[in-house]
Amino acid sequence: MNALLVPFQYEFMQHAFVAALAVGLLCSTMGTYVVLRKLAFIGDGIAHASFAGIVIAYLRGIDYYVGAAVVAVLTALGIGFVHRRGNISLDTTIGVLFTGAFAFGVFLMSLQKNYAVDLQSFLFGDILGVGIGDLVLILVLGIAVAVATVILYRGLLYTSFDPVVAQASGIRSGAIEYALLVMLALTIIVALQSVGIVLVAALLVTPAAAAYQLTSRFTPMMTLSAILGTASTVGGLYLSFFLHGSSGATIVLLSTLLFFAAVGVKSARSAIARRS
Amino acid sequence: MNGDGTAVRTHDITVRYGANVALRDVSIAVNFGQALGIVGPNGSGKSTLLKTIAGLLQPAGGELAVLGTDPRNLAPGSIAYVPQVEAVDWTFPATVWDVVSMGRFPRMRFWQRFGKRDREVVERALQAVNMIDLRDRHIAQLSGGQQQRVFLARAIAQEPQILLLDEPTTGVDAETEKALRKVVRGLVDDGLPVLMTTHDLDGVDEWFDRLLVIDRRVLALGTPREVVESGTYASIREHAHTHGHARTS
Repeated sequence: MNALLVPFQYEFMQHAFVAALAVGLLCSTMGTYVVLRKLAFIGDGIAHASFAGIVIAYLRGIDYYVGAAVVAVLTALGIGFVHRRGNISLDTTIGVLFTGAFAFGVFLMSLQKNYAVDLQSFLFGDILGVGIGDLVLILVLGIAVAVATVILYRGLLYTSFDPVVAQASGIRSGAIEYALLVMLALTIIVALQSVGIVLVAALLVTPAAAAYQLTSRFTPMMTLSAILGTASTVGGLYLSFFLHGSSGATIVLLSTLLFFAAVGVKSARSAIARRS
Repeated sequence: MNGDGTAVRTHDITVRYGANVALRDVSIAVNFGQALGIVGPNGSGKSTLLKTIAGLLQPAGGELAVLGTDPRNLAPGSIAYVPQVEAVDWTFPATVWDVVSMGRFPRMRFWQRFGKRDREVVERALQAVNMIDLRDRHIAQLSGGQQQRVFLARAIAQEPQILLLDEPTTGVDAETEKALRKVVRGLVDDGLPVLMTTHDLDGVDEWFDRLLVIDRRVLALGTPREVVESGTYASIREHAHTHGHARTS
């Protein structure tokens, strides 16, 4: 068999590739909104906050990702509520709520004499450990977020550019912001399994930021972001098999590389434009 | 809609920002086919009044009726609000066409495609503000006057029942101001009610049918000529000159 196809013959790698495809597509599509609404902090924030959910799930003996999802969605709604009611900027609100929730998780964990949560895989992800059950969860949440994106497409676009005018014209900016925060929370939970807390922010920001360098319209930006994001996750996973390195780290390094390539292309383009 | 031809009616409305009173006991009425100019010193509540009528701020007291009801109850697309151009990030990935197309969004359901009529309305709006040749230009490459015209075109493309403009003449050259005025007056003559803030006191009689002078409360309200002759206008004018033309809230 061709050596380049070796990764695809293992079942765990097949699962991992499906997960990588779904996570790459989802994160980089949602990342378009994250970058344009200047919410780069949110991936990090909600991922950290969900740690409290994992500890609670561990203590209660339920699935970790259910716990993480519940706390992530609650934190997202809390962020929206405090931001709107308190008239406090979104990044400040995210900073306050995520550290609070994260500390709550650490506090609960510190009360335990012997805890056995696999923190390593939570922090850095374990895409190679994705089972059929995880895949189903990833696909269900992924499809739900994708459907919501289609339904809210125009409202999300308008409120990303001009939320005040959108609201005056009868678009429900507040409801759309809450919906976006919940969609992001679910996206982050989906990504957690594959790349972990530490690297989830990268998948939400880097492909979209790279696409932003290369395009000047919204839909092409979202499409290109999806291509770059999927190339990063699937390509990174593939490379990590041969490099024997951490899959999560390889994925993020590849997307970082693509980002700098995009910046290079943009600089070269404007240099050429100046000369002509 | 009101039978008496009144598009906007406020009765003794008070608007607060926290403990600060931004507007007190403001009563105005604007009819269909009428343009109301709103002038006043910086911080006088001009923008606050527009935002309240747009349903973006809730009055703490008094009565407000836009097209006969609470502005938040109106059908999507009824109110077009044109903010100051600094309100958005012009590096957003969009062309002139994309931004003006957004004017169609409030009335569209998610399953509806952007159809032939939508494209025609957007084209006409771009033609009205003389921006059709720049339709494919990225919005980051526009001058301030062009940005203002794009915002007006987006409002026109919305086909609203009421138009609110927040200092559209700030920072635009005389030619653009004249062009904007021609477009807005055309809309008013077609029956659209328009409310517009300005600190450009010179052209008020050409722009407006009625002029409101406010400084948190109503100082004068009448035809531009009446207001000018009342002297309130002169004191505001002096105020504007001594305090410069800095941005208002």
